[in-house]
Amino acid sequence: MRDDRRAFLKTAGALVVGFSTGAPAWAKVLPGAVAPAKTVDKEALDAWLAIGRDNRITVYSGKVDLGTGTRTALAQIVAEELDVAFDRVEMVMGDTGTTPDQWITGANLTIAQGGSELRRAAASARAALIQRAARRLGAAPADLVVDEGVVRVKGDPSRRASYGDLIERGFEIKVDPKVALKKPTDYRLVGRNIPRVDIPGKVTGEWTYVHDFRLPDMLHARVIRSPIFGARVVSVDDRAARGIGGFVQTVRKGDFLAVVARSEWAAVKASRAIRVQWGEGTRLPEKNTVFQTWRARPVAKTDSTQKAGDAPAALAQAARRVKASYEFSVQTHASIGPSCAVAHFKAGQLTVWSASQATHSMQTELAAITGLPAAAIRLVYLEGAGCYGRNGHEDATADAALIAQQIGKPVRVQWMREDETARAPKSPPRAMDFEGGLDAQGNVIAWNADFWIALNHIVAFKPLDFPLLAATELGQPKPGNWVGFLFQNAGMGYTVPNIRVETHHVAETFFRSSHLRSPGRIENSFANEGFMDELAHAAQADPAEFRLRNLKDARAEAVIRAAMKLAGWQSRVGINPAPGSGNIVRGRGISYTRYNNAITYVAAVAEVEVNRDSGAVRVTRLCIGHDCGQMINPDGVANQVQGGALQTVSRTLIEEVQWTPERVTSVDWTTYPIARFTDLPTVDIELIDRPGEPAWGVGEPTAVVIPGAIANAIFDATGARLRSVPFTPDKVKLALAAAAPAARA
Amino acid sequence: MARITLRVNGTTHSVEADPDTPLLYVLRDDLALNGPKFGCGLGQCGACTVHLEGNAVRSCSVPVSAVVGKKVTTLEGLGSTAKPHPLQQAFIDEQAVQCGYCINGMIMTSAALLKQNTNPSEEQIRAALAGNLCRCGTHQRITAAVRRAALAA
Ligand code: FES
Ligand code: FES
Repeated sequence: MRDDRRAFLKTAGALVVGFSTGAPAWAKVLPGAVAPAKTVDKEALDAWLAIGRDNRITVYSGKVDLGTGTRTALAQIVAEELDVAFDRVEMVMGDTGTTPDQWITGANLTIAQGGSELRRAAASARAALIQRAARRLGAAPADLVVDEGVVRVKGDPSRRASYGDLIERGFEIKVDPKVALKKPTDYRLVGRNIPRVDIPGKVTGEWTYVHDFRLPDMLHARVIRSPIFGARVVSVDDRAARGIGGFVQTVRKGDFLAVVARSEWAAVKASRAIRVQWGEGTRLPEKNTVFQTWRARPVAKTDSTQKAGDAPAALAQAARRVKASYEFSVQTHASIGPSCAVAHFKAGQLTVWSASQATHSMQTELAAITGLPAAAIRLVYLEGAGCYGRNGHEDATADAALIAQQIGKPVRVQWMREDETARAPKSPPRAMDFEGGLDAQGNVIAWNADFWIALNHIVAFKPLDFPLLAATELGQPKPGNWVGFLFQNAGMGYTVPNIRVETHHVAETFFRSSHLRSPGRIENSFANEGFMDELAHAAQADPAEFRLRNLKDARAEAVIRAAMKLAGWQSRVGINPAPGSGNIVRGRGISYTRYNNAITYVAAVAEVEVNRDSGAVRVTRLCIGHDCGQMINPDGVANQVQGGALQTVSRTLIEEVQWTPERVTSVDWTTYPIARFTDLPTVDIELIDRPGEPAWGVGEPTAVVIPGAIANAIFDATGARLRSVPFTPDKVKLALAAAAPAARA
Repeated sequence: MARITLRVNGTTHSVEADPDTPLLYVLRDDLALNGPKFGCGLGQCGACTVHLEGNAVRSCSVPVSAVVGKKVTTLEGLGSTAKPHPLQQAFIDEQAVQCGYCINGMIMTSAALLKQNTNPSEEQIRAALAGNLCRCGTHQRITAAVRRAALAA
């Protein structure tokens, strides 16, 4: 082992071994290695970048790659701005000891915010290195050029110095917030389909997920949680567990309960053998009336989210009024891999290898749980299974931390399927009411909407009040939800003269609630776009043309027209007159949203087949027009657009957490099914590139247009409005029955 | 506990394990073969898929004692980053990964399919993979990768 590598592996607590041996050639930074702590002060340039004498660049990113390809895209941005070859750059992500806190990875901000911060750091670094080269080479900065990390004097190739020659002890300066950035017309890496650096390792088993990380003498734990919702521990009898070969100990602190064993299987068996008497739980509301319950809950505050003109007055004068209510069920992240974390507590220092999207804020959350100072806690990010928001990663991280602190030995906590599906946080329920008014010519003159959204409990813009399971079990009550900015996209995106949109923030949810991909926007856009379609129908207009007529934004029009063109959109008023075949009728629907009403534009056309007898809906094709500004890596964008679309077909048609008043009964893939290969459509995409425009996020926007497009396509096929996600066969049959008299009339 | 002899990826290993231990845990924890993944432990998702005598099986639901004397192949046994199997190369070429946690199952199941049907249609690929779940929505790229591998063979 080389000396620098050995130094790299030395840590306060653990000597790290057990990393994968066949890491891809680029990956010099060993996965999970605990490097010496360094500055993470966001103002300091050394917080962001280090350059080796061998000219290798190490980038320290507080944003992490959640399996979306940002490890590659962010490296492209840095390599571009620094003028180095792409494969010179290595990313360290989400290690609280070496990376600056760039806020959680989410909210569609990794490229827009995270990438901009890294870009400024890289540009500052390049400028500083040019200054140094100018001094060293005795030339004016203007006479210097950079080529693949080598600074040369123009016209004199012999006078040159590489970044590695110039770096000395580091930068020791601040990031220049006003640094000149490279002109987009000079880009040679940004905008290119550079293959993702993680994929070769992921298709060969050489990649190290957090699940794959091992420490010497590591023990295995399983946590034991009540199947009865909210029940506390009355008594524990672990005699049977103790008889299991390889059993090490039970860990109990308050209501937190876990078993530790030498092997995973022994831990599983012990978790099944331990006898726990649970107390009474907290009763959950009846599931079949959940939306009534939700509307009746105390509201913490009501915000005016959008206001123009006088919507009530305009409604009173409308020639035609339309009213409808929409709902979106409780869903869950349902990650393919149950959450996992590895922790070690030694000499007062806690190190946790975690897949959390919020390692920096977890430092504070873990300090509260363990009683340790945040400075004694280090989180090292390793990828987990895709999380799409706050799934079980943070809870498992806390579980591992707590167990490690109790036993003083390295420990790996692997959640079981039921932990992830039933116990991880859920998206909150959602109800929305609309009334719209049209004038005699079919113009929308009034839009009146009320959204019942969950209150977001935020402290300093972080989820510090989130009730981690371990915190609750330790008797540390936390106020509530970290659900994201659910008001976003409640405001409608069309040019209507009189608008009143209010968001009513429901004070408490009944499940622990967290953000799930495109939080708030997906529910809001579903309802807004469904209702927009209802108005189009009332106005006897083609739904696509109706939208275009109410927009004054060329980029919005471009994505709509792109989706229409891909789909071969046939303009028509009223539902599809084609008779279909047998019980199967077909339709197409459109939906458009500008994410947050401020960034990425996306439109989708869905094509569906509806079985009028069974109520089964099949989405056969999705056509998507997408404009996220400057694309960093178009194929990476396409991957996210496809993924967002297909995942949301599943959410729209199938997904709904099931429960009884006593317990969550969605515990596995049969009780929380998701769409399979045989259920899914093909996705056709037109990506509109806007070189030189700001680069906006792509992980979340596509999801928001899918439910509306599908609902509107079902209407086109059948004349039935689906206003409650998911569109299960039962709900479709009910909607068909409700629509039948109207359609015949 | 018992001493159990296994043949995995062409090598014979001897491990101490309870005979009822799921093969998945032995592969991962005793042999450090990280390709197969724990997804459900219930035979529902396919993340743990390996080949047993060339057939795709769910290693979370096979006790290690049941594979004694049989040939086990994991993702690592197909190829490596240095020398990828044609299917692994096709997944790289199609960039058919998001988080990648399901991909072991997708590749192992497809590899078994391609042995039986060298030129499967899109429908046949979808049907063969219907028992493998992907939460990221990578399905379209996965079927494209399998088609690509079939055409390249
Ligand atoms: S982990 Fe074996 S099928 Fe899910
Ligand atoms: S790529 Fe993430 S689950 Fe399939």
